[in-house]
Amino acid sequence: MSNTSDDDYQALEGPAPDERPKPRGQRNAQGQRVDPNADSTPDPERVTLSALVKHEPGVLADVASLFRRRQFNIESLTVGPTEDPDRARITLVIEEPRPGVQQAKKQLRKLIPVIAVRELKPDAIDRELALIKVDAENPAAVQSLAEMYGGQAVGAGRETVTVEITGSRPKLEAAVDAFEQFGVREVTRTGAAAIARGTDWTAPVEDEWNAKADTIPPVEADD
Amino acid sequence: MSEQASVTPDTPPAEQSSEQPAEQESSESADDESFRPVDTGARSVIRALEKADIEYVFGVQGGAIMPVYDELSFSDQLTHVTMAHEQGAAHAADAYGIVSGAPGVCMVTSGPGVTNLITGIADADMDSDPLLALAGQVPTSFVGNDAFQETDTTGITDPITKHNIFSSHPDEVGNDVGAAAALAAEGRPGPTLVDLPKDVTMGETDVEPDEPSTPDTYEYREEPDPVAVKAAAEAIERADKPLLLAGGGVIKSGASDELRTFATEHGIPVVTTMPGLGSFPEDHELSLEMGGMHGPGYANMAISHCDLLIGVGTRFEDRLTGDIETFAPNAAVIHVDIDPSEISKNIEADYPVVGDAAAAITAINDAIDESPTIDDWRETVFEWKDDYPMGYPTPDDRPVQPEFIVEAVDEATADDTIVTTGVGQHQMWACQYWTYKEPRTWVSSHGLGTMGYGLPAAIGARVAADDEQDVVCFDGDGSFLMTIQELSVAVREEMDITFVVLNNEYIGMVRQWQDAFYEGRRTASNYQWVPEFDKLAEAFGARGFSIEHYDEAPDTIQAALEYDGPSVIDARIDPEANVYPMVPAGGNNVEFALEKNQL
Repeated sequence: MSNTSDDDYQALEGPAPDERPKPRGQRNAQGQRVDPNADSTPDPERVTLSALVKHEPGVLADVASLFRRRQFNIESLTVGPTEDPDRARITLVIEEPRPGVQQAKKQLRKLIPVIAVRELKPDAIDRELALIKVDAENPAAVQSLAEMYGGQAVGAGRETVTVEITGSRPKLEAAVDAFEQFGVREVTRTGAAAIARGTDWTAPVEDEWNAKADTIPPVEADD
Repeated sequence: MSEQASVTPDTPPAEQSSEQPAEQESSESADDESFRPVDTGARSVIRALEKADIEYVFGVQGGAIMPVYDELSFSDQLTHVTMAHEQGAAHAADAYGIVSGAPGVCMVTSGPGVTNLITGIADADMDSDPLLALAGQVPTSFVGNDAFQETDTTGITDPITKHNIFSSHPDEVGNDVGAAAALAAEGRPGPTLVDLPKDVTMGETDVEPDEPSTPDTYEYREEPDPVAVKAAAEAIERADKPLLLAGGGVIKSGASDELRTFATEHGIPVVTTMPGLGSFPEDHELSLEMGGMHGPGYANMAISHCDLLIGVGTRFEDRLTGDIETFAPNAAVIHVDIDPSEISKNIEADYPVVGDAAAAITAINDAIDESPTIDDWRETVFEWKDDYPMGYPTPDDRPVQPEFIVEAVDEATADDTIVTTGVGQHQMWACQYWTYKEPRTWVSSHGLGTMGYGLPAAIGARVAADDEQDVVCFDGDGSFLMTIQELSVAVREEMDITFVVLNNEYIGMVRQWQDAFYEGRRTASNYQWVPEFDKLAEAFGARGFSIEHYDEAPDTIQAALEYDGPSVIDARIDPEANVYPMVPAGGNNVEFALEKNQL
């Protein structure tokens, strides 16, 4: 064995790192091959995922735990029953670069109680609910503002009026802003519930995960 | 295996059946006195294990699991191996699963029984090993009340299991266990767990469990899509510098023969991952052995310079890839995996092929019309083998070098010898200097890196191995001390295992990193004193040996191997020995260091 340094009698033979041929290419942090001279970090996208799941204890915890431990950025998560009493639907809004979106869908589908996962098209119908409680000094004005947002007063007392507004996230944000003039005491909001538009299925009746597993993405939005 | 391993019934079966109600004395059960119809949840659990063809259970008794243990005593099919600690039970079951391919089963009580199991479950999860964990739980009415030995078992194990089930009814518990056993082994294997509340296992039921099957929502694809196969095959035909990267999935799928046929038919060199050791014979000229952090230089040169990387059953873990941005930077990637979520998780796959490794390799090979023309590439790769030889010094003025011990044991044993290890320097020397030739002969903790894995794993491997196969455990002094209590099991069960402790009185890999990256400050890595392992072995009832000089190694190794029972060799190695080559964590594979000054 050659001793190329005094303090390391165990040195292995061979050209040193700077004497070796080097490959020229490069990948980005997502593992995609890229042009070394161009910055190519994919931008995050905001997407809505809908998961049809078995209606059984622990499913919500499974999903929440998955998104936490894999560090997916989650904006909202709702769960509720469906037309089938044995099945529930979880709607997730996440913000991730495209590889992260694909990974989130596949990891979600891998959970055993999850029946099907779909990324909804941008034209899908999604709604959130806000309950806004304001001071009752001018109930009529509160009611008419609620009507402008397509909502209504759902509770009124000597001191407070509570209105419900449904709609998209930007609309609800505008509404909460507008009600500030009456003195907002409390606001409660849900996450988004979403459903595919028209004859599209929110979750495929026949799961396409397996059928398309050979292609990337395996769970593809309708196109 | 000694018959002591089986838990024998306290009362003979005949006496038991005389206690059965008269109406259950059907003619069928009268013919077969050992057949006991399901009457409780616990018996249903045992019946489900029997239907899943389980033969061995590694476990530790305790309050909440006692009803199941009591039923286990009546099973002719199941043999129980009583371990010293629950972590040992999990690792033994894990290793049993690696060697046999069937689910390894471990069984423990609630609370600390489960929390002691966690490391073993997490280890199986990281390495996709088929493991079924059965855990006792306090009665359902106590759950949530912080009862004695209660812990949130399903909550704690959710992130580290493929699936877990809180069993809620005696009628269903058998099928819960059956589903967990099937899930552990099917598709991409992994650990599953069933939480067994004591009222469920003690509760009455006459429901016989069904044949074990996975839940209807569990799907995976074995036969790959022909379009994906065609695209991959064409990429191989076009390639100038193709390289196969064989992962642990090749072994789990039983695809070693297919891989060998494919590689040799087209002359494509093969690098394996650490879990892939044994998937391709390392004495084959096309073998470049293990890639990644401590792989030989030629493996990492090939990875860095190939233009098509054919990854099979690998998840491109960071100890393999180093810096993602410099990993195989010129290579298009074919990625074969049974789990779609591994595709493009770490490295983007240009040609994804979802399916079973054996089926996919065969399909791709069938779809190739013409082998790629890669004589120049092969020549280059073979030159790298000459340029970057592995080796080690044997200076007279230094203690025995560890690599010498590994090679000496390899030479003294047959090709099908099973090697288990702990984690650290000794594990890397076992990777580098043992020549793996057959699948399911390498049993180690890859993803989680669990020190203390080697000893209990050797027990599980011994149970799963053929009687003629040797089982050798290379361990470090640090790793060996972490689970040394399991040596009592090997002695009690009269298991023929040879433990080789590469003893440097350091947590050697930490010491190596401290010397390289922390200016030699050896904080908390220097044990300064460790037990005399040969004498400790004798105290346990095993045979103890020691090696201090090169010339005594061959005879001592031979004597330890020939001893019919557990033997421990305390090999006093050079405490300053290091593992090279080395790619520092997050480094560029092509810049592997051949010595400390190159880091």
